[in-house]
Amino acid sequence: MDYTILILALPVLSFLVLALAGMKMPHRVAGTIGTLSLGAVAVLSYLTAFNYFSAPRTAEGLYPTLIPWNIEWLPFTSSLHIDMGILLDPISVMMLVVISTVSLMVHIYSFGYMKGEVGFQRYYAFLSLFTFSMLGLVVATNIFQMYVFWELVGVSSYLLIGFYYTKPEAIAASKKAFIVTRFADLGFLIGILIYGYYMQTFTFNPGTERLMQAGMVLPWALGLMFIGGAGKSAMFPLHIWLPDAMEGPTPVSALIHAATMVVAGVYLVARMFPLFIGFAPHTLHLVAWVGAFTAFYAASVACAQSDIKRVLAFSTISQIGFMMVALGVCTAANPHEGGLGYMASMFHLFTHAMFKALLFLGAGCIIHAVHSNEMETMGGLRKYMPITHITFLIACLAIAGIPPFSGFFSKDEILTACFQYSPVMGWIMAIIAGMTAFYMFRLYYCIFWGKENKELHAHHVPHESPLTMTFPLMFLALVTIVAGFIPFGHFVSANGESYDIHLDWTVAGTSIAIAVIAIALATWMYAREQQPVADMLATHFSTLHRAAYKRFYMDEIWLFVTKKIIFRCISTPLAWFDRHVIDQFMNFMAWGTNAAGETVQPIQSGKVQTYTHYFLAGIIVLTIILLLN
Amino acid sequence: MNILSLFVLIPLLMLLGLWIARNVNQVRGVMVAGSTLLLALAAYLTVSYIGQRHAGATAEMLFTDSIVWYAPLHICYSVGVDGISVVMLLLSAIIVFTGTFASWKLKPLTKEYFLWFTLLSTGVFGFFISTDLFTMFMFYEVALIPMYLLIGVWGSGRKEYAAMKLTLMLMGGSAFLLIGILGIYYGAGAETMNILEIVQHKIPTEMQRIFFPMVFLGFGVLGALFPFHTWSPDGHASAPTAVSMLHAGVLMKLGGYGCFRIAMYLMPTGAAIWGDFFLVLTTISVVYGAFSAVVQTDLKYINAYSSVSHCGLVLFALLMMTRVSATGAILQMLSHGLMTALFFALIGMIYGRTHTRDIRQLSGLMKIMPFLAVGYVIAGLANLGLPGLSGFVAEMTVFVGSFQNPDLFHRTCTIIATMSIVITAVYILRVVGKILYGTCQNPEHLKLTDATWDERFAVICLIIAVAGLGLAPYWVSNVISGSVEPIISQLIR
Repeated sequence: MDYTILILALPVLSFLVLALAGMKMPHRVAGTIGTLSLGAVAVLSYLTAFNYFSAPRTAEGLYPTLIPWNIEWLPFTSSLHIDMGILLDPISVMMLVVISTVSLMVHIYSFGYMKGEVGFQRYYAFLSLFTFSMLGLVVATNIFQMYVFWELVGVSSYLLIGFYYTKPEAIAASKKAFIVTRFADLGFLIGILIYGYYMQTFTFNPGTERLMQAGMVLPWALGLMFIGGAGKSAMFPLHIWLPDAMEGPTPVSALIHAATMVVAGVYLVARMFPLFIGFAPHTLHLVAWVGAFTAFYAASVACAQSDIKRVLAFSTISQIGFMMVALGVCTAANPHEGGLGYMASMFHLFTHAMFKALLFLGAGCIIHAVHSNEMETMGGLRKYMPITHITFLIACLAIAGIPPFSGFFSKDEILTACFQYSPVMGWIMAIIAGMTAFYMFRLYYCIFWGKENKELHAHHVPHESPLTMTFPLMFLALVTIVAGFIPFGHFVSANGESYDIHLDWTVAGTSIAIAVIAIALATWMYAREQQPVADMLATHFSTLHRAAYKRFYMDEIWLFVTKKIIFRCISTPLAWFDRHVIDQFMNFMAWGTNAAGETVQPIQSGKVQTYTHYFLAGIIVLTIILLLN
Repeated sequence: MNILSLFVLIPLLMLLGLWIARNVNQVRGVMVAGSTLLLALAAYLTVSYIGQRHAGATAEMLFTDSIVWYAPLHICYSVGVDGISVVMLLLSAIIVFTGTFASWKLKPLTKEYFLWFTLLSTGVFGFFISTDLFTMFMFYEVALIPMYLLIGVWGSGRKEYAAMKLTLMLMGGSAFLLIGILGIYYGAGAETMNILEIVQHKIPTEMQRIFFPMVFLGFGVLGALFPFHTWSPDGHASAPTAVSMLHAGVLMKLGGYGCFRIAMYLMPTGAAIWGDFFLVLTTISVVYGAFSAVVQTDLKYINAYSSVSHCGLVLFALLMMTRVSATGAILQMLSHGLMTALFFALIGMIYGRTHTRDIRQLSGLMKIMPFLAVGYVIAGLANLGLPGLSGFVAEMTVFVGSFQNPDLFHRTCTIIATMSIVITAVYILRVVGKILYGTCQNPEHLKLTDATWDERFAVICLIIAVAGLGLAPYWVSNVISGSVEPIISQLIR
């Protein structure tokens, strides 16, 4: 599988070409270069997946772990070194397919969406860079390579979020995204350092002997690594960067905040899963509770947002919470006995990437049509944008968990895994799944049905988007319809053995019932022209509504920490101290030397009479001393 | 003749050439010819050094030579290089080369400026090739003195004050250094000033206890060791562009190099006694510099404090005393030298246009001078440790190396120091967001032009160096870590 190197090389090449020569190219050429290289990457990824999964399994019935490329990049000691390479195993191959598909769709879509924008070439250059970093991250052969690409992903998302660099909100959002994830990465880095020191390797399987010796160190190292994952995957309380990151162009949100970067944390936990399950099960369950709380928090905030991209942002946070929970509730590596969650999580990652990208791209079409993100400018759009409407509905049904759409299957596996772990966790997640259905249909009705903003629409008639934008929608909708029937357990499972997905009809029935009730509720509240129930709830529970709208004041808390504590309480006093204490001390030394010089200077007056006096005084003093001796 | 002596001879010939040069073009011609020659020489030296090592040369220093200079005190002109000095020479050559282009249009007194500039480089090159304590000290002083005039005459702002402060503080350090060197000379009792010979003799523990802090502090002042770093913000802020580049890029490295090569190598017991104390100071430097940079409003002050933080990391890594961390320290010197030079070059170019370095008065430069702005973003990303640029390689080697030192105290210091990577991101992105992004508020600035060819050339050369080190660190890291070995084995023994 030597050709896999091209999967990394092509995006780099297109980045370099576009970054160095892009400004002189016409928009069309630049976009074509980026899209073609990504198309080739997608084809190669599918080829890799096909070759990988069609190859025979090993004697134990597992897919082999292949490392077609590996070079030593930065040596530290004989056993510790950063390698750069490509590792193929079921989850990395699956991620290759997900990333290249979504990225290709975003590339095609951006042709229409970014048409005529200043910096079109730069946009495609950054897209290539981002795709390269993300692909490098998933095929990492060791934890440090993962960290390298992790940081690259951070920077390229910083560049993409801040694409409209003249807009103050975009600048602030990009800065926030980078610094919050950087802060989380500190945990990741320290985790890697601990891991490297005690395991004497950066590879993913240090050998049982080392692992047994490590004792309590390993749970700590893995826990710290999870902090990094929580930052990128927007787990509470590190999620604050994600809603703001919606300032970037909408296709970027589809790429970064739906399908790729935000699932990096889930991927990290999945990558370290054998270590988690074998040596740090408690840390793993902690991951589950963090995920569950995040899922609940984000779902409740999503119910009160009015900006459609923010609803989607919080929905993403919530869904990633589902994936984390699924990983965290695993109690064994065998999918038949408590290891189901792993497969469920990866399955949900796959289906979610597709339908969430679809939702974001659909939102992009809507924003393109009405030139605003606010729900109040929308309503009744189904007449104007039929394709967007139908595809958006498919995605909403998928995320709500209605069969036969893909989200139903993956979410059902997650719920089954949760119920196996504990009924409490199962019910919590089932209720959150209901909330998901509710807020997604609230969003759907507010955009396509509900009260139409006729005044605005008369002034500027909304229109369906061009084919470059609707084609990705239709493609992703198709994937969303069929993806649920993929026998996912045959490809990916916790211990690598083939596993047949079979629906647990009690769980499936419960989740369908909850989803249907939630959708019915949303229909009752939001589908009509007038929305008395929703307005009444908002006025009656105004404190709660306002708190949810303000995202429970998490941003204010963070602002307090950064502005007040770092800026006012640490940096300003330190800078003052530096200028007024340390520096003044140096100045004082200089002044002291000077003053001492001034003081003794008159002695050297040049008058012979004065010198005679000193001379005589000296002789007298010396004589006295000698006499006394 | 020894190839290393060329590093001193070429600058001396350049001085002669500058002295007889009649006009600006001749001055530029001499500078370009000389600095290109130096760069080629440094590149050639690197290649032949690696070649010799590959051919199996095992001596600690290669290309050694010694000429007696002042016999009564056993002072010799002894030269020799190992991997550490080779990369330092390469760094110096790159900075001198690009510095020449960065001060292409400097006025007035162009000829005199370049005379002092070249004299400074002579000192720097001489320092890195020497293996004799006294000769090293002499070159060290040669490198320091021109700084006074370069800042005092061609500087900006409170230049006289800054020049005086910088020179006095560094001279104070030199005074300690001189005492320390004499202490080593008499302590070893070997009747030699050559480092390679002194190291064969053990200096008594009591003398190490006294003289180690003197040498370490003496060099530490130049390496911006807390609390002796305050010359750096004022000095950098007032210095002209190329001088800032040379100073932060190379001169501050003399400090780290000296601490490692002289203080720690020759007095390992002293290092063991004083290590923890200085480690605390350097940890403070790392975090303190970063936090102080967050609230600065002058671009050069931000970089000066950032340098305090990054150079603090050099000394920090040296004091961790593992092979990997010491390799990291040298890599950090290299990386910091390149990226700070890039930073100061860009700041100089921006200042040359806008006549202000106050970040509150700058905005939206990305639209007005895209080339300089993109360069600034790249420098910033290198500074905050983006993989693929030099900063990441250096910092990761430092942190992985420091973590190899397993006791609780060193661990705690390491974890505190890693915090600096977050703070670095804060101050870099703050500046980038304020001055480059947004829309330009000052109508005067809209008329400004982007970089000229000489400026572009200097910036591109530095970016290539930064990216080269960041993308392919394997060779550099190997060259350095081989040479760190003998010094570290002294320390661990």
